[in-house]
Amino acid sequence: MDKMPKWADVVLIPLISLILAAILSALVILGIGEDPVAAVNMMVSGALGSTYGWGYTLYYATNFMFTGLAVAVAFHARLFNIGGEGQAMLGGLGVALVCLYVPWPHWTIALLAACAASMLFGAIWAAIPAYLQARRGSHIVITTIMFNFIAAAFLNYMLVNVMRPVGSMDPATARFNETVHLPTLHELLAPIGINFSKAAPANVSLLVAVLACVVVWALIWRTRLGYEIRAYGHSETGALYAGISPYKITMIAMLISGALAGLMAINNVMGEAERLVLNSTEGAGFIGIAVALMGRSHPFGVFLAAILFGFLYQGGAELALWTNIPRELIVVIQALVILFTGALDNMVRMPLEKIFLALRKGNA
Amino acid sequence: MDFLTIIQVLDSTVRLATPLLLACLAGLFSERAGIFDIGLEGKMLMSAFFSAAVAAVTGSVWLGLLAGIAASLLLAGLHGLASITFRGNQLISGVAINFLAAGMTVLIAQDWFQQGGRTPSLIGGGRFGPIDWPLSETLANVPVIGPVYAELLSGHSILVYVAFLAVPATWWVLFRTRFGLRLRAVGENPAAVDTAGVSVVGLRYAAVMICGVLCGIAGAYLATALQAGFVKDMTAGRGFIALAALIFAKWRPWHAMWACLLFGLLQAIALRFQNIDLGGVVIPVQVMDALPYVLTVVILAGFVGKAIPPRAGGEPYVKER
Repeated sequence: MDKMPKWADVVLIPLISLILAAILSALVILGIGEDPVAAVNMMVSGALGSTYGWGYTLYYATNFMFTGLAVAVAFHARLFNIGGEGQAMLGGLGVALVCLYVPWPHWTIALLAACAASMLFGAIWAAIPAYLQARRGSHIVITTIMFNFIAAAFLNYMLVNVMRPVGSMDPATARFNETVHLPTLHELLAPIGINFSKAAPANVSLLVAVLACVVVWALIWRTRLGYEIRAYGHSETGALYAGISPYKITMIAMLISGALAGLMAINNVMGEAERLVLNSTEGAGFIGIAVALMGRSHPFGVFLAAILFGFLYQGGAELALWTNIPRELIVVIQALVILFTGALDNMVRMPLEKIFLALRKGNA
Repeated sequence: MDFLTIIQVLDSTVRLATPLLLACLAGLFSERAGIFDIGLEGKMLMSAFFSAAVAAVTGSVWLGLLAGIAASLLLAGLHGLASITFRGNQLISGVAINFLAAGMTVLIAQDWFQQGGRTPSLIGGGRFGPIDWPLSETLANVPVIGPVYAELLSGHSILVYVAFLAVPATWWVLFRTRFGLRLRAVGENPAAVDTAGVSVVGLRYAAVMICGVLCGIAGAYLATALQAGFVKDMTAGRGFIALAALIFAKWRPWHAMWACLLFGLLQAIALRFQNIDLGGVVIPVQVMDALPYVLTVVILAGFVGKAIPPRAGGEPYVKER
């Protein structure tokens, strides 16, 4: 028998964790001598008060949907993929190679190719840690951390020594061709009469991200493979008894996870920067951890959590611009969310379970 | 490459290996007790900031060191609370601690000093100065032995010597004391320790706190000895290199020292030579940057002897079902 009704597990616990994180964040803002209410107001107006703000919020949210899904899929197989950052970097390399060296006639074909390339590169980067976990028993958390650093060094090398245009001092690739320019929300919404901000970077990748949420949902809950992944995540011995190969599930779950993280590159590299720069991922791979935890590893939860973090990111940027509060406030909030929804989950859960048990006894 | 250059590179190896070694031993205590700790980085960073901040305000580096250790202990306590008391996921807790430190240090630094997330530069008593060994001036001109004595052994800050003395101390505590035996047992088979009537929770908290102290010293060394003040994200992945060294050393103190010296040497070479030209074949600096991680992956893969972590590592201990 479950100790709690399902809605409490799905809605109440994340909500309480979020409130705890919010209270502590407010205390932090108070502690550095600023007004939390004013800060929240400014974040809301800066991130959601204009189509410009929304454009940035949705742009960030698109990144976090991809990385959040990546972490979530791995979580279902009880694998902790901290390597989203490195996989997204490699995805960026894939996108850059496809966009720079192939003359695409139209952005739609280029987008498909870029999707394929970024997923391939991200999956390859996840494949090695996955293989080492599945066959040689090395801990996936440690190997994916190491692969983040290796990816950073590798990309640094590629940008400084190989892909940098001749005569440029900037460690970045050349600008992509005009034909691979992805339509922004402004360009997409203008024909139907909505005047969306021109300057905001949100683009067609957002639709790809939403599509990815749907596909991942269908994969996890509506296919045989998804069932096997979840079964393996619940009980390795149980899955083994049912004839599910741990090697196969570990590899497939991590390949999907890496591909999703890599796919993020169509947004930040192809959609926004339109060239590959150093540190193009800006920590989005790590935010995926917070997003997946917050969203309870469910694609719809990830979708909501990604928008929440997009809001925090854009709001935080506005705060840094207009007040004395540095951008790092968002890192603190992110840490608190990870702490409460991930590590201190039982702190919220245990008392709640007691309350619900007591209530049930009272009713019976 | 002449003799003096070699001595200088080795000298900077020792300096760069010191924070790695302290953090590595910190991780050793924690992981031997069955608590995975990927929050070494965060604890070092927090300590680096508070040691530099307090040293800058009070002018006393020793007060700075204490403040750094206290800050690191606070995060260690948080890790203990999450992973021991509330039996949460130790890895996620570590991730959270890293972000918490990365954000809070800049936030507080900006609030206190308004210098874009850094502390004022430390001068005079605000830093750990070099300790010159007796006769190092006079012996410096003796061939071979002179430079080794004067450059390599003498003239480091006290924390360097603390770090290297911590290696035999760690070995002795872990392998020659009752506490050490129990600490290792709790990382392998906590149920057996519990049956013997020893507190699993107490032992694990003790290990996590020792880890906090060592990370605190490591962070203070970074900000008050290796450099003069705190800058944003100054640990620059050292916590993870220490973690790599720990695996490389297969969770043993003496091997940890050699692993940290090796990784320190790689950093020193990368710092001094940038791209290395080996008779036509140029090794780019990025290879040196990536090498500690690549080596660790190779070790983890079990191609060069198998790295087996403590058996109960990462699993919260539940007394009864």
